[in-house]
Amino acid sequence: MQYKSQAVAKPYFIAAIGLFVGQILFGLILGLQYVLGDFLFPAIPFNVARMVHTNLLIVWLLFGFMGGAYYMIPEESETELFSPKLALILFWTFLVAGALTIVGYLAVPYATLAEMTGNNLLETMGREFLEQPLPTKLGIVVVVLGFLFNLTMTMLKGKKTAISMVLMIGLWGLAVFFLFSFYNPVNVVLDKFFWWWTVHLWVEGVWELILGSFLAFVLIKTTGVDREVIEKWLYVIVTLTLITGIIGTGHHYFWIGTPEYWQWWGSIFSALEPIPFFAMTVFAFNMVNRRRREHPNKAAVLWALGTGVMAFLGAGVWGFLHTLAPVNYYTHGTQITAAHGHMAFYGAYVMVVLMMISYAMPILRGRAANSNKSQVLEMWAFWLMTIAMTFITLFLTAAGILQVWLQRVSDTPLPFMVAQEKIALFYWMREWAGVAFLIGLVIYILSFFVGGDEKEAA
Amino acid sequence: MSGAFTKSMARNIFYGGTVFFFLLFLALSYDTHTQLPKRDMRANITPQIAEGKKLWEVNNCIGCHTLLGEGAYFAPELGNVIVRYGEEGTKAFIQARPKDGIPGRRSMPQFNFTDEQLNAIVAFLKHVNSINTNNWPPNSQG
Repeated sequence: MQYKSQAVAKPYFIAAIGLFVGQILFGLILGLQYVLGDFLFPAIPFNVARMVHTNLLIVWLLFGFMGGAYYMIPEESETELFSPKLALILFWTFLVAGALTIVGYLAVPYATLAEMTGNNLLETMGREFLEQPLPTKLGIVVVVLGFLFNLTMTMLKGKKTAISMVLMIGLWGLAVFFLFSFYNPVNVVLDKFFWWWTVHLWVEGVWELILGSFLAFVLIKTTGVDREVIEKWLYVIVTLTLITGIIGTGHHYFWIGTPEYWQWWGSIFSALEPIPFFAMTVFAFNMVNRRRREHPNKAAVLWALGTGVMAFLGAGVWGFLHTLAPVNYYTHGTQITAAHGHMAFYGAYVMVVLMMISYAMPILRGRAANSNKSQVLEMWAFWLMTIAMTFITLFLTAAGILQVWLQRVSDTPLPFMVAQEKIALFYWMREWAGVAFLIGLVIYILSFFVGGDEKEAA
Repeated sequence: MSGAFTKSMARNIFYGGTVFFFLLFLALSYDTHTQLPKRDMRANITPQIAEGKKLWEVNNCIGCHTLLGEGAYFAPELGNVIVRYGEEGTKAFIQARPKDGIPGRRSMPQFNFTDEQLNAIVAFLKHVNSINTNNWPPNSQG
């Protein structure tokens, strides 16, 4: 690697992968609970397992983003990281806080956890994805601010490229919009309104800047295409992202008590949200086709192409499927949403973090790329996980269409649980696809330990 | 992309476009806030309803259920549960959950709520049901 302080990224990547495994194991528990309702009840009720599943996802992606940023910013700024020591202190803080939070979820009833951790001082818990106890939320703020301070100081003393500017805007946005997680008014409509300012403006806003920036960085490195060209593309993509995605928040304001006009604003702007993802796919393929060098790390290039395609399908196409208000009236809060959520998160954020790890990890371990054998294994993992996720999404979509029909469209609507039992076959198939995903993940991890010694020529 | 369209033009469009659409979003949000009091029934919020919301949160109900369609999709929508079960039916259902669940079925935990807490939860759910949601959900099954 070019700057020795980039090495702080390594523990972040390792932690990310470790927590990823935990996330998938809890995903399998949840999938089983969908068909064997009493599985692990009452020891690990569904709500607890789901909290662990989604919170681990968020935390490991944050580890991935931080690792990626710590790797990228020194190289882009052409200077050492402001404080590698701070980065390591924050790493352990975040890891311990994250682990304690998960232990808290599993060890005591949620109401007890709320009582123990000072939820009475400031009630922020018990809202989807923002279930973390107050000390954890404050810890996230401290860690993220320390992280941003470190990177901002690094950039200030070095070169300020477009790629690192976009990344920093994304990361600062992440920090700013997280602050809405502390606002929980008694009025449930206002609560929901601003809850989306964290959740939507993260995943359909500023996180996409992080995604675009990482993708641009790896494409510059692996294709050797001129920086001017890549950065121009990046600006166009993130422009499209924010001009569609910000007002696109409106697609969450159809049925939660907010005025009717959001059905127009939300439908129109979120119908345009696939465009930046499509541009990202075109971007990735275009740059790889115009490559001026053959980078030995084929696996990283595969992840880069894959994240473009899968983000477009998962976030773009599957989002569009149910984003128009007249359609969403029937699909809102069904398995269609779950289908979209799975492929969108995998395609956009899981894959881009794995791309970053795939590119940076060999370099952090002292080689331009992994051995051929290791890369072949990694590519097997890529295909297995990606195909498994595609099937998870397809099965959940089938379940969702049937659910909508049975419970909401038919002349004799069935009660929720009756409809659920009728579509159990699809939940079983989803669970098996989940097992295939886990196998892919195991192969992915094995790829780190295979044939690492035979060095590829750079 | 042709040579006439430069990186600095792209950058200016990015900053300009983002600021413009964010301001538009703020304007729409402001307008929403002027309209919300008529729709979110805030004038009716009592300390009991506030207590019900707190109980809803600290027991992580959203981890299985949806409320106005948001949450987990493991258990039924509760924004309109009062329409389906009525106030007494809702309370009776929550109270009757067996501690160890129902064999083979998705089960709701037994939370051992007091009568006062049950009344607060039902008051909260009743309040949610009174919100103007543009006629969502499509029918009483949620």
